[in-house]
Amino acid sequence: MSLPPFQRLVDDHATELHRFLVGCVGADLAEDCLQETLISALRAYPRLRHGDNLRAWLYTIAHRKATDAVRLRARRPRTVQLNGMGPSEPRTAPATLPDDGLWTAVRALPVKQREAVVHRYVLDLDYRQIAERMGTSPEAARQSVSAGLRRLRTEVDR
Amino acid sequence: MTDLERRLASPATPTLDPARVTAKLARRADAEGLLDVAWATLDTPLGPIAVFVTPRGLVRVAYDRENFAEVADEVAERVSPRVLLAPQRTDSVRTQLDAYFSHDLREFDLAIDWTLVRGFNQGVLRATAAIPYGDMASYGDVAAAAGSPRAARAAGNALAGNPIPIVVPCHRVIHADGGLGGYTGGLETKRYLLKLEGSRLDGLTSPASGRLARSRPGPRRTRPG
Repeated sequence: MSLPPFQRLVDDHATELHRFLVGCVGADLAEDCLQETLISALRAYPRLRHGDNLRAWLYTIAHRKATDAVRLRARRPRTVQLNGMGPSEPRTAPATLPDDGLWTAVRALPVKQREAVVHRYVLDLDYRQIAERMGTSPEAARQSVSAGLRRLRTEVDR
Repeated sequence: MTDLERRLASPATPTLDPARVTAKLARRADAEGLLDVAWATLDTPLGPIAVFVTPRGLVRVAYDRENFAEVADEVAERVSPRVLLAPQRTDSVRTQLDAYFSHDLREFDLAIDWTLVRGFNQGVLRATAAIPYGDMASYGDVAAAAGSPRAARAAGNALAGNPIPIVVPCHRVIHADGGLGGYTGGLETKRYLLKLEGSRLDGLTSPASGRLARSRPGPRRTRPG
């Protein structure tokens, strides 16, 4: 199968990729992450040898971008008060969602658990589909989801 | 399903405007030299038309009846798979086509990307591009201008495969006896375009052969990527 026009990938997958990224990195970073994902994919696209499983390929890139974004945010220096020097408010306050306690906990999960949980519940996929997108086995996907849920339960119910 | 699972299944996802995503991506792709093919559609008296533009120029014009999705597949395969909806990069093409259909433009001033046409066929189409507005030529005329006077039938095939109709005016080529010949966009379309240009449809009153300069195929193009 030859490569379809890149526009078709955008049309078919952008909305779902965005939902995935909102789950992984939060609404404030998701759209930028989506753009980073798409531009990276576009850059590499002509070098793909075939058009099989383009969806899994896109999720691999999205996963990488989400990981980068989370790491970058963690490393973002906290704003300290310097008397009379510069603004006292952080320039980009993280946007919050209504159910933020839960989603903050989701974003604090280890990467594999986080992505498995997002795939399972936000995108409503079964374990075979999750495995395909995460490049793992259905059994490993199931374990990641249940481990993630266990951890969330202790975090959220606390 | 537990309460936790229910909450996980209904995240407050901000709505995503797909058009904005594409527009943003296309702008950035353009800035980074990754927009190999920009495409857009426009409405014309002949229905919607799709245009595909590369950094070299106009590479493909398609009528609705060709099925835009299939044409996009063809362009992805034969030009580059980096095809994005990017109307701003097709502005000059769309403006000139609009002007053509409203009788405000007789000669297109557009760069052409000949990637989709090789050899003799490209010679035929380059000769065709030289037929003036309001004029007509025969299949033999364009074959001769492409260097093979006896290849009228092959010229017909080249014209049938014209990837850039209207701008490369294959509708101006008809049979020497005055028969309309064929047209990818349908004969009604061919008739419409000739009428729009004020051509008389009762035959070749003034054979255009003498006016067609012998044109040689341009330098061979190599496919990108």
